[in-house]
Amino acid sequence: MSLYYVQKYLYELNRSPMVQESYRADPPASIDSFAGNDDRRLTAEERSALVAPDIGKLYHLGVNGQILMHFAAFHGIEWADYLERMRDGIRSHGPVREGVYALTTDLLEPSP
Amino acid sequence: MPLVFAGVCSHAPGITGRADLADPELRDGLYAAFDQMREHLEAVKPDAVVIIAAEHFANFFMNNMPSFAVGMAEHYEGPIEDPEWLKIPKFVAPGNRDLSSRIITEVMQTVDVAYAEEWLFDHGIAVPLSFLTPGFDVPIIPANINCQGPPLAPLSRAWAFGEAIRRAADGVPERIAVVGTGGISHWPATPDSGKINEEWDRDFLDRWCRNNRDELLDYDDLSVYADAGQGGFEIRTFLAISAAAAGAKGTVHYYQPIPIFAVGCTTATYQL
Repeated sequence: MSLYYVQKYLYELNRSPMVQESYRADPPASIDSFAGNDDRRLTAEERSALVAPDIGKLYHLGVNGQILMHFAAFHGIEWADYLERMRDGIRSHGPVREGVYALTTDLLEPSP
Repeated sequence: MPLVFAGVCSHAPGITGRADLADPELRDGLYAAFDQMREHLEAVKPDAVVIIAAEHFANFFMNNMPSFAVGMAEHYEGPIEDPEWLKIPKFVAPGNRDLSSRIITEVMQTVDVAYAEEWLFDHGIAVPLSFLTPGFDVPIIPANINCQGPPLAPLSRAWAFGEAIRRAADGVPERIAVVGTGGISHWPATPDSGKINEEWDRDFLDRWCRNNRDELLDYDDLSVYADAGQGGFEIRTFLAISAAAAGAKGTVHYYQPIPIFAVGCTTATYQL
């Protein structure tokens, strides 16, 4: 479930000036106040990627581009650079791990 | 009052946000097409515009994802994105809470919709409105179809939603326009951003103009994802407009792939 929480943190950051301010002030504290110490919510790998920010790792983890692109813009990452960081993420870490970009028949086909 | 306008257009954020990176001739051609659509819309004097978009995790997330949602507020703020990124300044668009409520009540007779008394407009609505109602002076009723977080509503339900919107619009005394936004083939915000399947788009638009329900529902999401990207899921908004047009035939006024905008940029209307 933790891709859900990675995306949820970014969803809240994207839409809330208050969360943006708390992230700017202290990224790890902002993430901790969202997820606590619960690694079922956010693993250490995910927290680290959110703090760095490691766009390529977040893409590999499965974050939807429609959420990720705003996080990149928030960090002043230009469009072409954003695209390249995602490519680097795949080169470094392998294919997208889960989510819409790792589509399987389970996700889209109706149940029999 | 019978529906006064049914049209569709692209909503990609690059259309405004990356305008300076586009070939000026292509960009200006698209902007002129949007301008013509604005003139058409103004000429029919709508009392409200129902804009059926596919938003992108601005208001709706997987904690509670509606298939269909309609706004019911007196005003809506936008854009949710950084104005410097989208190149659309902050705005407040008027709504009409009472009209929204009447429309939602009628839609609910056949389609189970969520309603939202607050709604931040993302590029799916902000980009089209910046061209079609640049003064933000016409009441807007936003509607959303989940095209982002699977499981997605079946195409047949998107069709039913469009039919319900038409029935609701016809049943109110106000002059209602409907606009669908999004699509067509694209791989948004991923390393494949800029890839466009022109053949797929043109085939889809041919079907859209013919407005034959069987043809328009003859898509499965796995094939759509393979051929048209995640962006192809947004055909749901175009289908809803097809259904709302109740058999009318359509005309594509503008179609041009513009890779830096990530989509085959489109404006099209039905002859009601």
